[in-house]
Amino acid sequence: MRRGEAAGFGLPIAASLLVICIIVAFAIGRFPISLPELFQFLLSKLTGVPSGLSPTIETVILQIRGPRILAAVLTGSALAVAGTAFQGLFRNPLVSPDILGASSGAALGAVLGIFFSLDVIAIQAMAFAGGVAAVAAVYFIGSILRGSDTILSLVLTGVVVGSLLGACVGLVKYLADPYNQLPAITFWLLGSLSAVTPHDLVALAIPVLIGSLVLIAMRWRMNEMSLSEEEARSLGVPTHLIRATVITAATLVTSATVSVAGIIGWVGLVVPHLARFLVGPAFPRLLPTAMVLGGCYLLIIDTLARSMALVEIPLGILTAVVGTPFFIAVLREAHRSWS
Amino acid sequence: MRLSRRQTLSGGIATLFGRPALAEVGKIIDHAGRSVPIPPTVARVLPAGPPASILLYTATPDLLIGWSRALRREERAFLLPDVAARPEVGRLTGRGNTANLELVLKFKPDLIVDVGSITDTYISLADRVQEQTGLAYALLDGRIDRSADAYRLYGRLIRQEARLSALADQVDAMLRVIKTRVGVIPEGDGPRVYYARGQRGLETGLGGSINVESIEFMGAVNVAGGQRGGLANISMEQILAWDPEVIVTIDPDFARNALTDPAWRSLPAVRAGRVHLSPRLPFGWIDFPPSVNRLVGLWWLGKVLYPSIFPEDLRPIARNFYQQFYHVVITDDRMKQVMENQA
Repeated sequence: MRRGEAAGFGLPIAASLLVICIIVAFAIGRFPISLPELFQFLLSKLTGVPSGLSPTIETVILQIRGPRILAAVLTGSALAVAGTAFQGLFRNPLVSPDILGASSGAALGAVLGIFFSLDVIAIQAMAFAGGVAAVAAVYFIGSILRGSDTILSLVLTGVVVGSLLGACVGLVKYLADPYNQLPAITFWLLGSLSAVTPHDLVALAIPVLIGSLVLIAMRWRMNEMSLSEEEARSLGVPTHLIRATVITAATLVTSATVSVAGIIGWVGLVVPHLARFLVGPAFPRLLPTAMVLGGCYLLIIDTLARSMALVEIPLGILTAVVGTPFFIAVLREAHRSWS
Repeated sequence: MRLSRRQTLSGGIATLFGRPALAEVGKIIDHAGRSVPIPPTVARVLPAGPPASILLYTATPDLLIGWSRALRREERAFLLPDVAARPEVGRLTGRGNTANLELVLKFKPDLIVDVGSITDTYISLADRVQEQTGLAYALLDGRIDRSADAYRLYGRLIRQEARLSALADQVDAMLRVIKTRVGVIPEGDGPRVYYARGQRGLETGLGGSINVESIEFMGAVNVAGGQRGGLANISMEQILAWDPEVIVTIDPDFARNALTDPAWRSLPAVRAGRVHLSPRLPFGWIDFPPSVNRLVGLWWLGKVLYPSIFPEDLRPIARNFYQQFYHVVITDDRMKQVMENQA
């Protein structure tokens, strides 16, 4: 009973946390902007009266910090929503959005783009295409191999194809020019939002919003997927269609985030557990909560990444360093909600 | 003499297995303090990595076995055609302590040379290869102000001291002029420079990194020098907070995009046209590979950073450098292309 009541508050709590995080994130950064200056900026945008602030401050807020905060929220919520959907679909708490090879496919696409010295937009396009192609291949091979257990053969195919793609990334790194391409590849693989421009934000937002909306709209159907295959079928649930739709939508958002932000692990694995701890395992509530919490989590991580040190700290490193102890603590409390 | 114990041991092992001990021939101490036997004759020299390839080409193109990586067409256009076409020999270094010894032996070198930073990794690799193959393997310091020493040491190794000391004297003279001119700028008073790498210009070399050696050599203040290290990612906000006076880059995409990107344009340096793209043919003028190719870049940096102390036309200086070090005569038009970064 208590959990049920608390669950009702889970989403509002997460949403207010996100609002607070966004406000705080705007006030933090390597370029000093004071709170009064931020307020002055906001006021002038609302009233249309010139703020009298230096144009550099406006550039930082509108061109650099603002897009980056939005990108962090979008990326985090996309990875969390994809992770939650996959954990439900595969009925496995260890699954993350890259289980079907989206990240490794995107990594190979981007690394090849860097290797052939393409421009930034082409590298992002190759990453996106790589992620989608990898999952399509896994889905195709998995459905050919399908034995008694569809889910198991999909996951296993994903793992195998993922490690093959990982080996290909390793080969490209080995062949890359050590002075120029190799550092670029390494930075890319560690994940960062440091280079996000307003233009990238649009490229990120469209697929992420489409995919997330599809998943949110499917949240009632996904509840039915937690039944076993036979049970679901006997109730008339179109399991194949639901599975294909969820995988397509989750792949769309994962590939889009990876193409802009590089590889960011952990979020899609950890945040669903956190959300489950907060609102319980029922999808209609879980999915939106995970989405908001994911945005929060990555925004906090990215704010640390861009402000802690003179140099950027790669997101892939911070998410793991912050995520591991956090995950262990949550797991201690939350394993009950799985059983 | 940090290596004396290992050296004694290897000598002992060599004697044990009946191979001629290293002590029987003339020996030389390389820049790592290692003892390297002077080969009786040297007709073939193998570079251990890209910096060594370049130094060996400038010194003795006739002896160079091949290149660490095959040269691109636009690079070959500025080198001796027959030497530039020599095969790719791969890298001995750069992957930690791994050398494919069969590959080394296949090329039948009389001498192996590595140029770069002297660290324990490269020292142990050199020791191991020298012990296992019996080939002389010399480590030369790749820092800019050790360039002349590197040429002289190499000259003694190949018994062509006169030929190489002529080149070393030229380097000495060049560096003396540059140092004297830069010397008038009080320490820490040079222009504040941001060194931009990557298509978005957000990678840079931290203080003391090999990537910014030429910039720091010229007395400029590296804005990222507050932290020591290698290459790192930097946030745009941090660059705006640094507000550098000059931006030097090796990336043509970045040099072009910075002029229109609103974030970069909010920097006074960008609006004032102070984004400078370094020439890069046949090899980079300021950063990579970190070898003697950077010497001509010092003049270029001088003109970028201190136009009043470096007033002379760069073209004849660069043409002379290409003639002396790359052994090619470049027309004025071609030199202009190199300096304006036209392909």
